[in-house]
Amino acid sequence: MSQTIALIFIGVSVLFIIGIKFLSSPKTARTGNLIAAAGMFVALLALHKTDGNSVWTQGWSFNYTLIAIGIVLGLIVGAAGAYSVKMTAMPQMVALFNGLGGGAAALVASLEFLKHAHGKQISVGDTVITLGPFAESVSAFAAGSMLFATLIGSLSFSGSIIAYLKLQGKFEKPHTFPGQNFLNGLILLVILGLAGWLTFNPTGGNASMAFTMTFALALFFGVAMVMPIGGADMPVVISLLNSFTGLAVAADGFAINNLAMVVAGTLVGSSGTLLTLLMCKAMNRPVTNVLFGAFGSGGGSKAAASGVAGTVKPIQADEAALLLVYAQRVVVVPGYGMAVAQAQHSVRELSEELGKRGVEVQFAIHPVAGRMPGHMNVLLAEANVPYDQLIEMEQINPSMDRVDVCLVIGANDVVNPAAREEKTSPIYGMPVIEADRCKCTIVLKRSMAAGFAGIENHLFYKDNTRMLFGDAKASLNTLVAAVKAN
Amino acid sequence: MDTNILFIFILSVFVGFEVISKVPSMLHTPLMSGTNAIHGIILFGGILVLADASTPVAQALGFVAVVFGSANVFGGFMVTDRMLQMFKKKK
Repeated sequence: MSQTIALIFIGVSVLFIIGIKFLSSPKTARTGNLIAAAGMFVALLALHKTDGNSVWTQGWSFNYTLIAIGIVLGLIVGAAGAYSVKMTAMPQMVALFNGLGGGAAALVASLEFLKHAHGKQISVGDTVITLGPFAESVSAFAAGSMLFATLIGSLSFSGSIIAYLKLQGKFEKPHTFPGQNFLNGLILLVILGLAGWLTFNPTGGNASMAFTMTFALALFFGVAMVMPIGGADMPVVISLLNSFTGLAVAADGFAINNLAMVVAGTLVGSSGTLLTLLMCKAMNRPVTNVLFGAFGSGGGSKAAASGVAGTVKPIQADEAALLLVYAQRVVVVPGYGMAVAQAQHSVRELSEELGKRGVEVQFAIHPVAGRMPGHMNVLLAEANVPYDQLIEMEQINPSMDRVDVCLVIGANDVVNPAAREEKTSPIYGMPVIEADRCKCTIVLKRSMAAGFAGIENHLFYKDNTRMLFGDAKASLNTLVAAVKAN
Repeated sequence: MDTNILFIFILSVFVGFEVISKVPSMLHTPLMSGTNAIHGIILFGGILVLADASTPVAQALGFVAVVFGSANVFGGFMVTDRMLQMFKKKK
């Protein structure tokens, strides 16, 4: 690598670091993303092979045509996904892109490994595949890096696909059976055993077979790892898999001796790990509980359901509107139901109408309301709700008993008082918005179904709670009309 | 084994931890999405292996890797930008 190239890559690394730094503050976040993208572009232009030749100045061959087509195809797929996806489905999109990155990392490592493992031919079943012109020797360190990238990359690929499907509403409940953690542990041991053996025996026909098996097992393990985790915990899982992919990319960087990949992958790996821990902290649960706890399943939720006392009291829109108009202070607690019903614009209209009538309206934002942390901020900002009306949970909770009407729109678990009162509840200890302490709570809800975590909500049965059943958007539009009439 | 690259790896681990010490929860998702785009640098790996691929199988797998990596990097930055557009200052 020439000195100029080395300097360019130092610059690129700095751009990545500044990019991530800027991404962690609201004012600079968008610039941060663009800085990181610029770094990526520069690095791509300066891409060199290990022998020191630029990728772009060598003679054009069929492989380069393939590269060009591949990049354009990926660009189209990526852009189509990024710009067509609804605001509510952003998390799935991130999961999908992360999975693709993991898959790419696994493929790169596999090709590199098999090239070294068996120069001329490998046999998979009955077919004989020719890979490289000649077998090259490979150090245990390089082989280990390739294996690591293959395992983590393929695990991240299959795990992300499952996370994507869960967020799309396919089998979102946790899937568990007795001895599951034990079985998963066993699979993991087999994978590690095979990988350990391959690290020191990376050549020959047996190596190719063992490698294929390891690849397949790692794919399966990704599925087995994510299946038992409930849909509500998917953000944490995606964040974890994101940092996994980062590490796989770094390992690929070691294997093919590419410094930029090592730096970028490692930065994502370590910052992603920290982000995962921060997300768990926001939910007040240790990361082990998220990954192995099978949240919201089994006896816990049943025990919570049996403790419900009181009756559900429905309310009509006209009466709810009256309560709102004559309130001094109204707090809106938005949740995933609002996002699904695309009701954020109606919410903004309602808050504006109430504001015109002298009612103080605030939005209480739970850190993990919706499917992703920050989900509600993004949606409400999109609907032009002013920033200063969005209040974080910690700030608003102390003054909840001075709130006249609390309007809960499609939120459930994040306002469940069981998290404070019920020691047996699976969500016990999670910080919640204390909607039950308000003078009056109106809950907009489609039906009496349990929330994403599958737990009964005692809030709905409290004396000062009224339920306004129906689609959130339709209910809100009726409310707006009723408020206007007053 | 090149120890320089290991040295850089270790330093990167610490930089990654330090650089996001305090993140408001509303930025968790965009930050995750942004770092997700950065590991799209795997596209480079795809390009490098595909450039050297010498058999149809290696070319096919390398091609898939390039498409995946490209979708990861371009889609990742675009989707992050779309999320962050929503945070722009209101007049």
